Amino acid sequence: MFHIIPFNTNVDFLRMRNVALVVSILLLIGSIALLATRGLNYALDFTGGTSAELLFEKPVDLEEIRAKLDEAGYQGATVQNFGSENDVVIRLQPRADQANAEQTGGAILEAVTTPDNPGQVISSDFVGPQVGKELAQNGILAVLFVLIGFVVYISIRFEWKFAVAAIVTTAFDVVVTTALFALTQREFDLTVMAGIMSVMGFSINDTIVVFDRVRENFRAANKFSSMEILNRSVNQTLSRTILTSVVALLTVTALYIYGGSSLEGMAESQIFGIILGTLSSIFVACPILYWLGTSKQDLIPKTRDEAELARRP
Amino acid sequence: MLEFARWKYVLAALIFVVGILYSLPNLYPQDTALQITAARGGSVNDALTSRVSAVLDEADVGYKSIALEDGNLLVRLQDPNTQIRAADRVREALGNNYVVALNLASTVPAWLEAIGAYPMVLGLDLQGGVHFLMEVDQAGALEKRENAFAEDIRVLLRDNSIGYAQVDRGTSGIDIRLSNREDRNRAAMLIGRELPELTVANGPTPDTLQARIREAELKTILDNALEQNIGTLRNRINELGVAEPVIQRQGESRIVVQLPGVQDTAQAKKILGATATLEYRAVVGDGLTDAYEAQRTGRVPPDARLYNRREVGADGKPVPVLLSRRVIASGDQLIDARSGFDPQDGSPMVSVRLNAVGGKRMLDFTTENVGRGMAVVFIERTPETRMVDGEEVRTVKITEEVISVANIRGVFSNRFSTTGLSGTKEASDLALLLRAGSLAAPVDIVSERIVGPSLGAANIESGWKAVAYSFIFVLIFFIVYYRVFGLITNIALLLNMLLVVAVMSILGATLTLPGLAGIALTVALSVDANVLINERIREELRAGNSPLNSIATGYDKASGTIWDANITALLAGIALFSFGTGPVKGFAVSMCLGIITSMYTAVSISRGVATLIYGGRRKLTRLSI
Repeated sequence: MFHIIPFNTNVDFLRMRNVALVVSILLLIGSIALLATRGLNYALDFTGGTSAELLFEKPVDLEEIRAKLDEAGYQGATVQNFGSENDVVIRLQPRADQANAEQTGGAILEAVTTPDNPGQVISSDFVGPQVGKELAQNGILAVLFVLIGFVVYISIRFEWKFAVAAIVTTAFDVVVTTALFALTQREFDLTVMAGIMSVMGFSINDTIVVFDRVRENFRAANKFSSMEILNRSVNQTLSRTILTSVVALLTVTALYIYGGSSLEGMAESQIFGIILGTLSSIFVACPILYWLGTSKQDLIPKTRDEAELARRP
Repeated sequence: MLEFARWKYVLAALIFVVGILYSLPNLYPQDTALQITAARGGSVNDALTSRVSAVLDEADVGYKSIALEDGNLLVRLQDPNTQIRAADRVREALGNNYVVALNLASTVPAWLEAIGAYPMVLGLDLQGGVHFLMEVDQAGALEKRENAFAEDIRVLLRDNSIGYAQVDRGTSGIDIRLSNREDRNRAAMLIGRELPELTVANGPTPDTLQARIREAELKTILDNALEQNIGTLRNRINELGVAEPVIQRQGESRIVVQLPGVQDTAQAKKILGATATLEYRAVVGDGLTDAYEAQRTGRVPPDARLYNRREVGADGKPVPVLLSRRVIASGDQLIDARSGFDPQDGSPMVSVRLNAVGGKRMLDFTTENVGRGMAVVFIERTPETRMVDGEEVRTVKITEEVISVANIRGVFSNRFSTTGLSGTKEASDLALLLRAGSLAAPVDIVSERIVGPSLGAANIESGWKAVAYSFIFVLIFFIVYYRVFGLITNIALLLNMLLVVAVMSILGATLTLPGLAGIALTVALSVDANVLINERIREELRAGNSPLNSIATGYDKASGTIWDANITALLAGIALFSFGTGPVKGFAVSMCLGIITSMYTAVSISRGVATLIYGGRRKLTRLSI
């Protein structure tokens, strides 16, 4: 057998629980502070506005384009070269006083194109302010829905303590990964959001695999303490956890390298999220389970008779 | 013990074959093509074929083939870059009688299409094109309808000699103030009986009433406003010449319009922004002969005007018709037009409803003109902006066309129907045009996305490259790490990929760039299931179990874990799908499908393969894992 990770590891992960707690809480506080103070650099998917990439036949003067835009009533436009001197990206904030049709890529092209240097739209996005707001709301709703779904499913299949530990861990991963985008100020658009949602899926997946082993060990063993069982479970699944994460990292790295600029943000969130999700399933989820006092009794299916007996005076 | 039921092998083989068959069409590259459809008057035949080929030869545009396919003429081009030039030339040569659309023609063999195997539809980000999100002004639609009801109430009160001081739209519904408070009950009863769409309640003072549109009717009005706009858009987009447009309702008040391959958004928007109306006019003279006479001599009776019908006569030109200068009723008085069947003889018909004003004028006209002809003129106004001497000049292009000519069989007012139509299609077309010409609720573009064709091509290339590399990385890793079991895992992974592509093709799902990212992520997710199994088998081996037992127990124990882990990930995917729009949805679709197929391939297929390799060897002492 070929190994990267020795199979008989016996690391006392839970001994590090207090250190892990401090680090996690600091990370969480830092993330929330970052999100609160710096905020995310929302892309126009959420804020509304216009972004148009135009390709001209000849090199263009950015100042001239700005002047033409001002003249046509598009104040406060950012104009940048993109790739070559003929290629220009124009960004505009949404304007309530202007008709929507006048804020679209085609309208902008008409304002800046000249007969001796015609341009064409390579790509353009226009999002009305109302639509942007709805997208943001839907995103938040989706995250909440996922978390509730997790709680319900895990409570049914495992037990409420596992559910709490799993969603706290997942929420932690989502907040910290999102905060990364506040730190780097990279544009936060719909694809990044999809990336973060997939991180949620990944993080819960990782946590569930560890918990599944915890459940199995709790049911099988009598003489071990819960700390020993938690440690053993993490160690037993360690090679799988690391292998899966490495392979998943390989795939998202391929996305990052070859996927082109529009998938970069998504791949970044996934690379970071996969590493974080792997660590948090070990260092966040298991300690929470320990502090919640999970024991063998929680996992043995309660029979109906017992419940009925308990109700009798 | 390590066993795998025979029926499971059969199922796996079946799924494998189906997977291959239905993902196969994606390997056939599409030809860039022009699709030429007959509009009013044109006909697609061999003469057209030679005409088009002459035009293309002259323009020096190479083409692979020109052939009649499904009633349209399809020109497959050799070089994708010549598509727009070719389209321009052909449009110029053929004029208004044909619609020339840019298209991608399938090269999938007929036997595959016969079993319903088609390639995945490429999203706009991979194909290039325009995406509009339009919103229907619901408040506007409601306002128009309330105004119409207010007018109905006024007429109703007048006809029953109930005096009123005011009938107007108020803040909530229609406020009615009567001249005499004694009339209140009678008026309320009358409105309730004649206008069942309204609920009537007493107003704040004894001489007032308040009428409101019923909840159900309200919903119908808003739904109709949306449907009407969708109908109008569809009608116009067909004229625009887009091969496979998507026009869909999204939610309560929005319409998604996707026009693949369209570059000239200005033109598209103009056509989408066009407004249409209708006019009912009387036919002058005895119809055909007089009209042809007037057309030939140029002498038109003073009270008439010469119009063209939509239909084409024997000479290939539109049939002329002489109509009165006086308008009987117009589009803003039309409330609804529906196609249906005549209850008497079951022939197709269109029933029309006008508002009170229109109905009154119709009654006046029909009382005196039973037996005469009446025509409907469809008028479209397309705003155009042109540069004249450096100045922007906004003009409006007006096209008028007679869409229906019928004889008045009896006296009618606000409800009547047109019969004698050639078929259900004509009936539904006419109803659609009539509705399009009635005042629709205004629409506004709330989001627009343009992707140039070169960017689309670059996206599809980088997307597939990313998927391919992520796949290669994973395959190599598994072979090195698990050897024979790595091979088994790789078979499962390859089949998983095949199934995702096949299912997406069968479902007709649209492939987008985030969708490709989702497929790449699917690889990662199916890896997890396989790693879980393989690690579990190793564990069992270490615990001292026999190889065969280890495999069986490994699969059994890992299955439960895989199930729980994947169901939770699937939950995340479903939430993404239901709350996401556009790119997020595409990502969610491929992710969810990937999770489902990976559960099957990892748990069942790979076990089948492992059983095939090791199952028969009773004296197995070691595993290559």
